[in-house]
Amino acid sequence: MKWNWAILSSIFTIITVLTGCNNKLMVLDPKGPQAQTQADVIMISIWTMSIIVAAVFILLVIMLVKYRASKQPADYEPPHIEGSKLVESICIGIPVIIVIFLSVITIQSNEQVETTPKGYEGQKPLVVYASSSDWKWHFSYPEENIETVNYLYIPTDRPLEFKLYSYGPITSFWIPQLGGQKYAMSDMVNTLHLAADVPGEYMGRNANFSGKGFAENTFDVKAMPQDEFEKWVEEVKATAKPLTQEKFDELLDPGHLGRLTYTGTHLDFSPAPEGENGEHHMMPSHTEHSAMAE
Amino acid sequence: MEFFERFAIPHPSAPIYASMVAIGLTVIAIVAGLTYFKKWGYLWREWLTTVDHKRIGIMYLISALLMLFRGGVDAIMMRSQTAIPENTLLDAQHYNEVFTTHGIVMIIFMAMPFIYALMNFVVPLQIGARDVAFPRLNALSFWLFFMGAMLFNISFVIGGSPDAGWTAYFPLAGNEFSTSVGTNYYALALQIAGLGTLMSGINFIVTILKMRAPGITLMKMPMFTWSALTANVIVVFAFPVLTVALIMMTMDRLFGTHFFATTNGGMDMLWANLFWVWGHPEVYILILPAFGVYSEVISTFARRNLYGYKSMVASMVGISFLSFLVWTHHFFTMGQGALTNSIFSVTTMAIAIPTGIKIFNWLFTMWKGKIEFTVPMLYAVGFIPIFTIGGVTGVMLAMASADYQYHNTMFLVAHFHYTIIPGVVFAMIAGLTYWWPKMFGFMLNERIGKWAFWFIAISFNVTFFPMFFTGLDGQARRMYTYSEATGFGPLNMLSFIGALGLAVGFALIAYNVYYSTRYASRNISADPWDARTLEWATQSPVPAYNFAITPQANSSEAFWDAKKKGHELFKGEVQKIHMPSNSGVPFIMSCIFFIWGFSFVFSLWIPAILATIGIFICMAQRSFERDPGYYISVKEIKETESKLRGA
Repeated sequence: MKWNWAILSSIFTIITVLTGCNNKLMVLDPKGPQAQTQADVIMISIWTMSIIVAAVFILLVIMLVKYRASKQPADYEPPHIEGSKLVESICIGIPVIIVIFLSVITIQSNEQVETTPKGYEGQKPLVVYASSSDWKWHFSYPEENIETVNYLYIPTDRPLEFKLYSYGPITSFWIPQLGGQKYAMSDMVNTLHLAADVPGEYMGRNANFSGKGFAENTFDVKAMPQDEFEKWVEEVKATAKPLTQEKFDELLDPGHLGRLTYTGTHLDFSPAPEGENGEHHMMPSHTEHSAMAE
Repeated sequence: MEFFERFAIPHPSAPIYASMVAIGLTVIAIVAGLTYFKKWGYLWREWLTTVDHKRIGIMYLISALLMLFRGGVDAIMMRSQTAIPENTLLDAQHYNEVFTTHGIVMIIFMAMPFIYALMNFVVPLQIGARDVAFPRLNALSFWLFFMGAMLFNISFVIGGSPDAGWTAYFPLAGNEFSTSVGTNYYALALQIAGLGTLMSGINFIVTILKMRAPGITLMKMPMFTWSALTANVIVVFAFPVLTVALIMMTMDRLFGTHFFATTNGGMDMLWANLFWVWGHPEVYILILPAFGVYSEVISTFARRNLYGYKSMVASMVGISFLSFLVWTHHFFTMGQGALTNSIFSVTTMAIAIPTGIKIFNWLFTMWKGKIEFTVPMLYAVGFIPIFTIGGVTGVMLAMASADYQYHNTMFLVAHFHYTIIPGVVFAMIAGLTYWWPKMFGFMLNERIGKWAFWFIAISFNVTFFPMFFTGLDGQARRMYTYSEATGFGPLNMLSFIGALGLAVGFALIAYNVYYSTRYASRNISADPWDARTLEWATQSPVPAYNFAITPQANSSEAFWDAKKKGHELFKGEVQKIHMPSNSGVPFIMSCIFFIWGFSFVFSLWIPAILATIGIFICMAQRSFERDPGYYISVKEIKETESKLRGA
């Protein structure tokens, strides 16, 4: 028993040392308000759960040390105990309180991560249509009228609204240091609210398995002050080639691509599956049916 | 030529060819061995046609152990591929197939038969019954499961394995993105095995409700039987969902429907919902019998009655109810909004309450006890802290806002291995070791068993604990490789070392079976653990009729009361016993099901139609057959009893 704990604690030490070599864990090193909220929720839940873990571990050690057969007289007959209402009420009561506490935190934070981040409400968000195809990411900036592949430039201190959809399997748009992920699907558009507080380069990727090229389905994120972002947009407009339908179809072919930049967006000729263009609105049979019903 | 091309492997490699040869040689060796030792008749009479719940249990057990090693090899391949950055041991396609089959094999073809092995063997004995309610249906259940498993396992040498993950999300699993027949295997093999499971579910509910010996009221059933009852109720409600979803998947893939394919109004999200409406209850189907095993083991080796019997039962019923109300937590990130997510966050966290009650009740069962650290007890004691970590990380994952960061990462992988391995695998090894003497009449070696336990328990933590960290550091699951710059390397290497340790642990268990079979004493009592429940009141190994006289129970620990409080278990005289006769139909029908499944996988319509007709003929045969069963005479019973008692 003793060397058991020795080994377990040495595992903990090894892991702490190994992770200590790296920088902070990405998810716990937030660079935006949503990721901050999520990191806070994670830390609160870890601390709360440690109480439970400690209680169980301590009780277990007490029981094992105190009531092992080798410590009892040979003729000891354990008593018959049915259970006690008081003890069982405590065992239900404390978890109920903890679950209520965590539920309140969850419900509040669920609301927060699904809306414009706190402190950013007044500002006009930058809307980016992020769509995936096997195994690339396409970023369309409709207002700026530019499009990039596999890299994303964003302004800091401004709310970001990502419109997510897919030209293939379900993917999941994830920039751990800016906030949690959300699915991109081919038959509807999901909205993800993010923002960046700190300029810098971040890792972005598809987190949802989507076939052969999934592991390399990543993109680079660069957050910069608004004026720098505007300068970049101007530069793209001055230098990049326009995105044609033909070119876009070519980009959709399965495979991997480097960073690409275009003026114009694919939204003009290949609109996102939202509103009237939603897959569930385009069904020919559906429209026929409703026509017949009328 | 075109006809044969479909059977070729889409992505052949040297190890696959080696496996083909190995499979071929094994089949030849088995056939030659059976012929040489003239065992065909024995195999047919005693095993293939048996309807005895104990033999069916043992066949489930053998299948589960074989599948454990198959799934384990997949696991080792995955961990060795990801041990170092940019490893080229496996390519992306091969890795995708390996993690897909690892998931399906471990859940459907390892964990499920393992729990049914123990349920089959133990439940009728614990309630003092002669067999299950429908013995022939039970045989059909087993053979359907077995043929489903075989169909699934030939996929990697004929036509290619499924590669869309065990969740097989559409549109990835649709024809457009999964062009090989792999996903057809998934749909058909799970369908066939799932039908078997559904039949088992009905069978065990009826058995437990209708066939209990006198005196065993519902609230006097041993806890393992209670866990079996709740698990099978979940089976009966959850498995039809899988059946329907798989039919829709098959239709989409083979007949051009658009239930899930996203063109023409199909709905990929519908598959995800249906899959998890089955899939979440499924994990509770696995864990509840495990809870039952721990209740028996802890109470036996703490030498005390189970603390809080009523709250244990209530919590299991509560868990089985809640298990149907949480499926959305598997895709909080699908965009259903804050309100829906919040509702499912709360229901998910609520499961922690009944589960917590169980943990505390087990702890209080040890209180004032006299704990003996036998192998089954070691697994039970090891389960409590490890499963607690799994449970609390589950509560963390239940918080939808935070789940956006855990979803699809190694954190999730760590969490569910922290629940399933101590929760199911530990319990199954504990149960196996605990009931082994009842099954085979000798005990597994304790010393080797303890070595295996320490290897498994420690290596388990070395393998999976680092994944909590790599997950929080941004490592998505199911990535076949990663770059060195990510810094995931060292912790993944640690996981790989742990996986090797786990392999050593499981190899030790296999060695223990061999060693104990050869050297263990056959001269053991019918009750070697000094246990408490009815299955220990009969002989070891158990005679075909289970109990010479139907036992009378007064509590959930009738056998203990008989030993300590003078309760009289067996009243009356031995009478002739009516038994069900053997039948080859379940085996034959399942073989036809195998052909049926195989034909569908490869769109071979003529054999598919013939097989369908064959299946109906088997059913008709059963409807018109007269089967009066047979009697075991009093003389024969008395002879068997005195022989077993003398041994």
